[in-house]
Amino acid sequence: MDPATAVLYLVPAAAIIAVFRLAPIASAFLVSFFDVRMGRLRGFIGLAHYTRLFQDPVFWSSLGTTAYYVIGVVPLSLFLALFAAVLLNQRIRALGFYRTVYFLPVVTSLVAVSVVWKWIFHPRLGLLNYVITLSGGRALQWLEEPRGVFDMIAGAAGWTWWPGWLAGPSLALVAVVIVSVWRGIGYNIVIFLAGLQNIPDQYYEAARIDGASPRQMFWRITWPLLSPTTFYVLLSTTIVSFQVFTQIYLMTGPPIGGPMGTTKVTVYYLFEKGFDAGGNMGYASAVALVLFAIILSLTLLQRRVVEQRVHY
Amino acid sequence: MADAAVKAAEAGAGGAARAAGARAAAGHRARRAARRVWVYALLWLGIVIMVMPFLWMVTTSLKSPIEILTFPPTWIPTGQFVRGADGEWREVYVASRDGRAGTAVVRPAEGGPAMTVPLDELHNRVRFRFGNYAAAWRQAPFARYYLNTVFVVLCTLAGQLVTSCLAAYAFARMRFPGRDAVFLLFLSMMMVPEPVYLVPSYIILAKFGWIDTYQAMIVPWLAYIFSIFLLRQHFKTIPNDLYDAAIIDGCSRFAFLWRIVLPLSKATLAAVSIFTVVSTWNSFLWPLVMTNTPSVRPLQVGLARFAQEQGTNHELMMAAAVFSIAPLVVAYFMAQKQIIQSLATSGIKG
Repeated sequence: MDPATAVLYLVPAAAIIAVFRLAPIASAFLVSFFDVRMGRLRGFIGLAHYTRLFQDPVFWSSLGTTAYYVIGVVPLSLFLALFAAVLLNQRIRALGFYRTVYFLPVVTSLVAVSVVWKWIFHPRLGLLNYVITLSGGRALQWLEEPRGVFDMIAGAAGWTWWPGWLAGPSLALVAVVIVSVWRGIGYNIVIFLAGLQNIPDQYYEAARIDGASPRQMFWRITWPLLSPTTFYVLLSTTIVSFQVFTQIYLMTGPPIGGPMGTTKVTVYYLFEKGFDAGGNMGYASAVALVLFAIILSLTLLQRRVVEQRVHY
Repeated sequence: MADAAVKAAEAGAGGAARAAGARAAAGHRARRAARRVWVYALLWLGIVIMVMPFLWMVTTSLKSPIEILTFPPTWIPTGQFVRGADGEWREVYVASRDGRAGTAVVRPAEGGPAMTVPLDELHNRVRFRFGNYAAAWRQAPFARYYLNTVFVVLCTLAGQLVTSCLAAYAFARMRFPGRDAVFLLFLSMMMVPEPVYLVPSYIILAKFGWIDTYQAMIVPWLAYIFSIFLLRQHFKTIPNDLYDAAIIDGCSRFAFLWRIVLPLSKATLAAVSIFTVVSTWNSFLWPLVMTNTPSVRPLQVGLARFAQEQGTNHELMMAAAVFSIAPLVVAYFMAQKQIIQSLATSGIKG
């Protein structure tokens, strides 16, 4: 076993990773301390980007929008995927057919999916409003509606006064949430289904003999034994959701992030700052790092809190 | 269902109880049947929700610009036709309708002067406008975009397989100082999301003069940590005895990798390849940032551009969407089991 040979095998991958992963990750911090315009270093400015960032109302609102998005997508996707997986796990005929169709959007590009859904959400000619009016509902503005959904619900219920801070995410953002759940749910279903099929049948048989109801069987057997899977799905969906970009870029606006900036999420703000408007890359890097810090601490927190309840 | 009945029957003891047990079993069976109806109804609702956008995309892509604007929307693309004296159907565009006179002014689709026809001679017939695909294809350099994407995908796939197999083999089979530390470093980098290294990567690629080149889309992805990780995990399962025996027989280390390890790892190699192809084909943010001219622009960025430029030509946008997802969707239907498995084991890029 000579180390020289090992190095030979390792070099191609290691060189690429060193230059295009390790170096960028390491220098992300560095870049955020510099004034960088369109790839050109202009000088060290220390923490100036960060101090500006924490007073930047657009940045804060982008974080809030991202939080709304994550809080919308994660539980919805988790619940619906688990529900579908439990349905599929009951000796369904042609199980493969359902799985294939549910998974189809995962394979299709997010760009195409977003283009199609923007057309479905079209306020005048869209399929969704047609289905809604057909079933007696009122057509909505969807991606062009800046009003918060709680505000809209309150208005529909006849409450004339509603506090602004309780307006909730705009309907436009909710539309994006719907698309993301639709597109990603197949993946979560497949993962949940694999987890469910790993639970030995004997547990259910024993429970049935003891006269357990289906609900008891779910909460006493399925839920605890599925917890590692649930934990994985929760974590991966959260991490992916924080990085939402493509749907926003293609479905909202013009200007992107609209209406009235209610769908401007953090990664889009980063893109806008770093590559679109003047290319303030140091600032964009600071935005990326704050987002990363949030993702990382949430991941660790989830690990801490949930790990005690996960049964491996 | 039969064993449920038996169990229910067993639960009741004795002859009198058996009758009650049978009654209970019948009720139980009815409940289960109702439950199954519900299960299938919900599953089919799911199918409808998942499929509807695709159908809507395809049907829109086959409509005329006028039909797009009609509300309520139609599911089957139709056109207006007039039957000529020779019995041939001719497509016409309706310019105006006069309800009171019962006539309409129409223009023949293939050109020619406008004419007035009675409304009852105007017929709706199914008309798929495949020409929309050609029109969309011509309105942007989609052939170029396609070639760019195929080229980038093939190069990335080939390079990634070579570097990953070699590195995974080193991690799995060889002993060298710092091996576990390096592997751990690799794994920890896997946790860092793309937006974090996007800006510094741009700066590095700009230093190389690679912005707006194929290299910018290919070279940084020639090694992918997760592929290395997956292959290493698999290589570790190949027994050491096999290795020892091969070495004693005079097999070189590389020959062992090439002739024994790789043939034994076909499933993992397929999984890694599928994941690489799908994620490279669909990747968007990276090429959006790293390219800015059509000559190297990949399909997804081209489609995004096209969608933003077209504005209201929904039929062209949908046609473009169809042909940008077609290759992967066709491949998916041919090998869905394997593709699902591969993407599920390797995780997807959002």
